[in-house]
Amino acid sequence: MSPFLTLLMRDIKLAARSGGSAFLALSFFALVATLVPLGVGADLRLLARVGGGVLWVGAVLAALLSLDRLFQGDFEDGSLDLIALSPLPLELTALAKMLAHWLSTGAALTLLSPLLALLFNLPPAATLTLFLSLLLGTPAVSAVGAIGASLTLSLKRGGLILPLIILPLLSPVVIFGAGAVSLTLDRLAPGGALGLLAAFSAGAVLLSPFAAAASVRLNLGG
Amino acid sequence: MNWLFRYANPHNFMRLSNVLLPIAAVATALCLAVGLYLGFTVPPDYQQGSTVLLLFIHVPADVAAEAAYGAIAVCSLLSLVWRHPLSDIAGRAAAPFGAVFTALGLITGALWGKPMWGTYWVWDARLTSFLLLLFLYFGYMALWNAIEDESRAGRAAAILALVGAVNIPIIKFSVNWWSTLHQGESIASGKIAPVYLWPLLIMMLGYMLLFVSLWMLRIRTVILERRARTLMQGSAA
Repeated sequence: MSPFLTLLMRDIKLAARSGGSAFLALSFFALVATLVPLGVGADLRLLARVGGGVLWVGAVLAALLSLDRLFQGDFEDGSLDLIALSPLPLELTALAKMLAHWLSTGAALTLLSPLLALLFNLPPAATLTLFLSLLLGTPAVSAVGAIGASLTLSLKRGGLILPLIILPLLSPVVIFGAGAVSLTLDRLAPGGALGLLAAFSAGAVLLSPFAAAASVRLNLGG
Repeated sequence: MNWLFRYANPHNFMRLSNVLLPIAAVATALCLAVGLYLGFTVPPDYQQGSTVLLLFIHVPADVAAEAAYGAIAVCSLLSLVWRHPLSDIAGRAAAPFGAVFTALGLITGALWGKPMWGTYWVWDARLTSFLLLLFLYFGYMALWNAIEDESRAGRAAAILALVGAVNIPIIKFSVNWWSTLHQGESIASGKIAPVYLWPLLIMMLGYMLLFVSLWMLRIRTVILERRARTLMQGSAA
């Protein structure tokens, strides 16, 4: 097996087993979706109106939960030094870790979203748009998040700074993702918003391995 | 690039800024005094009445807030590519001023919004993107403060600042796509009367000079602090 796949499988196994960060993210997502109707009221028309935005914000926050451990665990026990010495370039290492993070959070959240959309009384067309927008947008969350995770990997309390660094950068994802759902609710074509979302994701996935690798390198004392 | 590296040397920077700082400070005071005097004496706008005075305080703050982020981005690029220590210091020194200008722009904008739009805050594109800019400044400063090793902190913050600089146009575009109520650009398009334009331009210059003077002063302070620390460590040993 290639080093890239080995690293990918290892990180997915870690996310699924130790601490179960994938399960935690899903539970958090479902809990946010449960608390919001308790806060804003059970009016089904209102819930349908805000559902897309709430689920998008919830998904971004849920993906952020496990992000601070993306490089930190490997940094603390020294395995990041060994991974850096392996033939795999650090850029590809960062990409593998991003992909593992996306598969264990973003993709899982996307699969869960239709069920939660049901709780928010979203019509089928809007549910489909929400599903597609999460599928297209959550890779950007993992990609931009990986930059933040690599910048804060040596910090004891990096988990506190990480959201402050990452969330402003992720505002376009939330705008286009929730905007696509709103457009569908207004019976307009969401194609433009989904296209912009996909473009942002593609750019983020393409560029952020370089930024993440650079900051891993400086934290390893390069 | 040679001239750039000459002033990247802290010693040369201290000599140069020793001359430039008093000049910049006097020019700042002059511009702000003239700009404010002209601003207070303009005829009231036919729609906005006397609140048009806020134009001269609000718009220059926004321009200075964006310019400060631009300054940080340039310093970050210099720091990452050529690794000279002065650009790390300069980037870090510019951030609090940028954050204050951003906050000033938001506060004066809110005070202007109440009489004009009937509310302190609207989720308008320009306001929202400035709120996000304020958080970008906070994140940059928080990262700087969190990492103890100064050269590592400088490079990490520089990476973050550059990622932010790439992202800012996208954020602006996306927020514009999302909502807009704020009035459009009116200087380059010539829609502003000359009687308002002159005080505005003078105030903009004043704010920029204020930023440059404070920035130089802060960089000088940090360099002197480091020298003092080195001297104290030397005498303790």
